[in-house]
Amino acid sequence: MPEIKMYTRRFNFYYRDFRALTNIDMDIEKNKVTALIGPSGCGKSTFLRSLNRMNDIIPGTKVEGTIVLGEQNIYEKNVDVVDLRRRVGMVFQKSNPFPKSIFDNVAYGLRINGERNRSLLAQRVEKSLKDSALWEEVHDRLHHSAMDLSGGQQQRLCIARALAVQPEVILMDEPASALDPIATQKIEELIFDLKKAYTIVIVTHNMQQAARVSDYTGFFYLGELVEFGETDQIFTNPKLKKTEDYVTGRFG
Amino acid sequence: MKKTKSIANLLPRRFREKAIEHFFLFNGLVAVVILLGIFSLLFIEGFPAIKEVGLKEFFLNNRWDPTSPERESYGLLAMIVSTMMVTIGALVIAVPLGIASAAYLADVANPKMREVVKPVIEILAGIPSVVIGFLGIIVVGPLIAKLFRISNGLNAINGSLLLAVMSLPTIISISEDAIISVPQEFKNASLALGANRWQTLIRVTLPSAMSGIIASVMLGMGRAIGETMTVLMACGNAPAMPHSFFDSVRTMTATIAIELGETVQGGLHYHALFVIAFVLFLMTFLVNLVSDMVLQKYQKVNR
Repeated sequence: MPEIKMYTRRFNFYYRDFRALTNIDMDIEKNKVTALIGPSGCGKSTFLRSLNRMNDIIPGTKVEGTIVLGEQNIYEKNVDVVDLRRRVGMVFQKSNPFPKSIFDNVAYGLRINGERNRSLLAQRVEKSLKDSALWEEVHDRLHHSAMDLSGGQQQRLCIARALAVQPEVILMDEPASALDPIATQKIEELIFDLKKAYTIVIVTHNMQQAARVSDYTGFFYLGELVEFGETDQIFTNPKLKKTEDYVTGRFG
Repeated sequence: MKKTKSIANLLPRRFREKAIEHFFLFNGLVAVVILLGIFSLLFIEGFPAIKEVGLKEFFLNNRWDPTSPERESYGLLAMIVSTMMVTIGALVIAVPLGIASAAYLADVANPKMREVVKPVIEILAGIPSVVIGFLGIIVVGPLIAKLFRISNGLNAINGSLLLAVMSLPTIISISEDAIISVPQEFKNASLALGANRWQTLIRVTLPSAMSGIIASVMLGMGRAIGETMTVLMACGNAPAMPHSFFDSVRTMTATIAIELGETVQGGLHYHALFVIAFVLFLMTFLVNLVSDMVLQKYQKVNR
């Protein structure tokens, strides 16, 4: 029996009067990679950002339905958003390291939690950088600016930064779309390793990427979750014509 | 045929490029030439006084009394201390207030609020210094006197308060521009790591905007240190060494403004006033230089 880490039931999302997501039911399995695919504007990024309530910072948004993490509905009134975001980390499309040193970037999440112990910080920074496969490249210049890293390195730094607070779930919003093929491959290998310890949800525009890295795939179209299932099934034997058309590149 | 045509086309364009380049070079040089001109003017006009009185008198004597019938004194120390007191006092008040207001406008206030408040603050910058001086004499001065139970409200703290008000618009406006141009991505990253808005502001947004904030403080300080009329009116004009912020003071700028019209042109007193101006010039130059160096060092890591 697979363990479900997060699930959504009849989840609706509105930007003012516009309904961006309609009745989304999805189970996100623990220690698996779930890919969200679909054409631009289909709501997959909105859905991803709903999972750690990053949409809260956009004024005029409204939600209905439930999203449950563990046993807690994350949209309940008494939920501490700050705490939620520590449990559900996020990596963005455009790598966005802070204009600080590499070390300070990774240590950021720990420091805002009040962690001051230097040796513990150093340990966790090292572990995070190793887990994100960046340690070998940066261990001798931890106190240089993160802005001097290449695009791919910056994105892995952002992953390290998210790992440092030891989240349970990691959300990735097209993490490799701005990277060259080699850097993309590194990120994909990384995702494969990370799922041993984390539950990962990834938005991607790249069909091959979804097919390569994910265990489950959800196809979004016009704000609805059209089809959701094991990645193999979605790509080789989709139930719906719409899904087949999209994954075979007939529209998109 | 074809070749000659292409060369003919090439030449004017290359010439045009060069001309534009020279035009910008010229404009850049004008600023440098003016700066050097002012520098040398002050030095040349001040030099006779330095030669006659000596640097020791200027910098170690704290009595300024060039018209004394018995013994003329040319000590700048009291004035330098007064200027620094008033300026630093102003910054101590204006910098935290200015950065906080800027952060509020850029990060907290809703857009409507910002649209109203920012222009109002910028209008504040346009108030003539004489008017601020009036305010100091009839409102702030008496208030200080009452509040601290002293006889004279025209003193250093009065000047600091007024200069703080005058440098606030500069600090707020430029800092706000810097803070608002911090990319949303930085804030998103911070929020996604579980930081609250306050932590995001203090640890990410403000440090990212630091170069603009420091520039704003420098410009505000420039305004405060060079301001003449307000401090002349509101600080009490006592050319003696101040012992506290409640003493009346006379700044370097005020001294020049008061005395230059009454000196014999070419006389010792006249040249001595240029020494004051020269020292003031060096002080602002030094402040700018140091802040530039601090900024460069800061930006090496936090870029």
